[in-house]
Amino acid sequence: MDALRTTGHQAIAAAPLPYRNDFLKEVEAHVEDGEWVKMCMQCGVCAGSCPFGPHWEHPPQEIFMMIRAGKRDDVLTSDAMWMCTSCYNCVVRCPRKLPITQIMHGIASYAQELGLAPKNQPTRDFSIQFWKNCTKTGRVNEMKLTVGLYFKDGLVSGIKQGMSMLPVALGLIKAGRLNPFELFGGHSPKDQKGIAAMLKKARAIEARCAPATH
Amino acid sequence: MAKKEYAFYPGCSSQRKASAANLQTSVAAMCKTLDIKLTDIPDWNCCGASIAYAGGSELERVVINARNFTLAAKHLPGQDIVATCAACWLNARESKEKIDGNPQLLAQANEALKEAELHYQGSAPVRHMVEVLIEDFGYDELKKPVVKSLAEIKFAGYVGCQTNRPFGIAGESFENPMYLDRLVESMGGEALTAYDQKVTCCGGALAFSEPDKSQKQIRDVVEAAYDQGADMLVTPCPLCQANVEVYQSEINRKQGTKFHMPIIYYSQLMTVAYGGSVKEAGLDAHIIQPTKLQQIAAKK
Repeated sequence: MDALRTTGHQAIAAAPLPYRNDFLKEVEAHVEDGEWVKMCMQCGVCAGSCPFGPHWEHPPQEIFMMIRAGKRDDVLTSDAMWMCTSCYNCVVRCPRKLPITQIMHGIASYAQELGLAPKNQPTRDFSIQFWKNCTKTGRVNEMKLTVGLYFKDGLVSGIKQGMSMLPVALGLIKAGRLNPFELFGGHSPKDQKGIAAMLKKARAIEARCAPATH
Repeated sequence: MAKKEYAFYPGCSSQRKASAANLQTSVAAMCKTLDIKLTDIPDWNCCGASIAYAGGSELERVVINARNFTLAAKHLPGQDIVATCAACWLNARESKEKIDGNPQLLAQANEALKEAELHYQGSAPVRHMVEVLIEDFGYDELKKPVVKSLAEIKFAGYVGCQTNRPFGIAGESFENPMYLDRLVESMGGEALTAYDQKVTCCGGALAFSEPDKSQKQIRDVVEAAYDQGADMLVTPCPLCQANVEVYQSEINRKQGTKFHMPIIYYSQLMTVAYGGSVKEAGLDAHIIQPTKLQQIAAKK
């Protein structure tokens, strides 16, 4: 750096990185509905419409600009997209009709696939648990899902959380809307084998058809 | 033969002893009165809801929905597919639009479906029960079987998100949909049309993973109902119902409020207006008792 200063190349050293849209191309190729990202006109209606707006590290319009500016790591390691509640308010209000909810899910899913999603992000954990739960038999087992959620951070924390929510759970059990016996079985479709084979095949097709990552 | 027949997609939460079991109880009673025959799609599976995106890939999520359409088309040909759960409706309809509009995705879905010995060749549209009521029957027709007055009850209509966005009910606005208020009025109840949190998000699935952020949303929903002098909230969405009912005690515990606002389904108030009992309307399955509606249901 000192050498640059003395040789008069300071202007070159301090210049911003060249504008590269490799990451935009990557998002377009790999992220569900990613081809819409370039359509954002930075109005910010999405940020102002989001019920969890204040909690986003980068609101959607910022994410879109960061993608175009090539900020790959900043985007993919952010926990911003994991704040989406799937309320679709941004989607119906976007003047350019971008499927923002779907894109946020897509970016989150891509970050997860690359192993860049923040660890211990609670919505990421819940999302993975939910998918495992609903595809284990083909239908959601609400009792196992609830218990799994409490015990994700270990036994002690699970018992503590479970105890604090116990009145709620007992209320639901009493109302006939939570079944403790689901821990030992629960509802399921008959063709579990077919469902498992179908999902395995879907993963194989996607692996076969996926374009190479940059 | 029944007046109308549909291929029914109940969804996981509507099963016996699941969190929206009483939605199913009341829908069955309501449909009996209206002479609607719902036949479950044989061996249906979960739609993946809105939260499966980190676990399931795009094709996996489309394929599980395609399996349901294929089973419906095979066993209940020609019948529209009807869902009562907002997320089931949204995910199924979105998946259907995707495979119907993308030949490559369709080919991939069929390659996967082959493993379950199925082949998707198109299906009838996926509709919400509320669409069926409004479009296939209409408010005047729905009013005909009313035998009990709900005039003493003030209902705040909480539409929520996914019954309203992104698809919504044709002809309704996203910001201020009126159909739930009109349904309440058709049944003789008082609809609090100035209730201003009708399309506010309850946090959805993030009520589990981000409880504090979601409970702020739920607090807004409940507080606004009190502001309007509501006796109870009414909603079409099973997750809105569960979140708003279940977490009021948590908000009270943490924030010192004294919330005790019942929240029911549109199908429950319709069942009561049609003369159904507490049991038939699924009013025996609440944590916060909708006392006024229970009393009317219990009256001979």
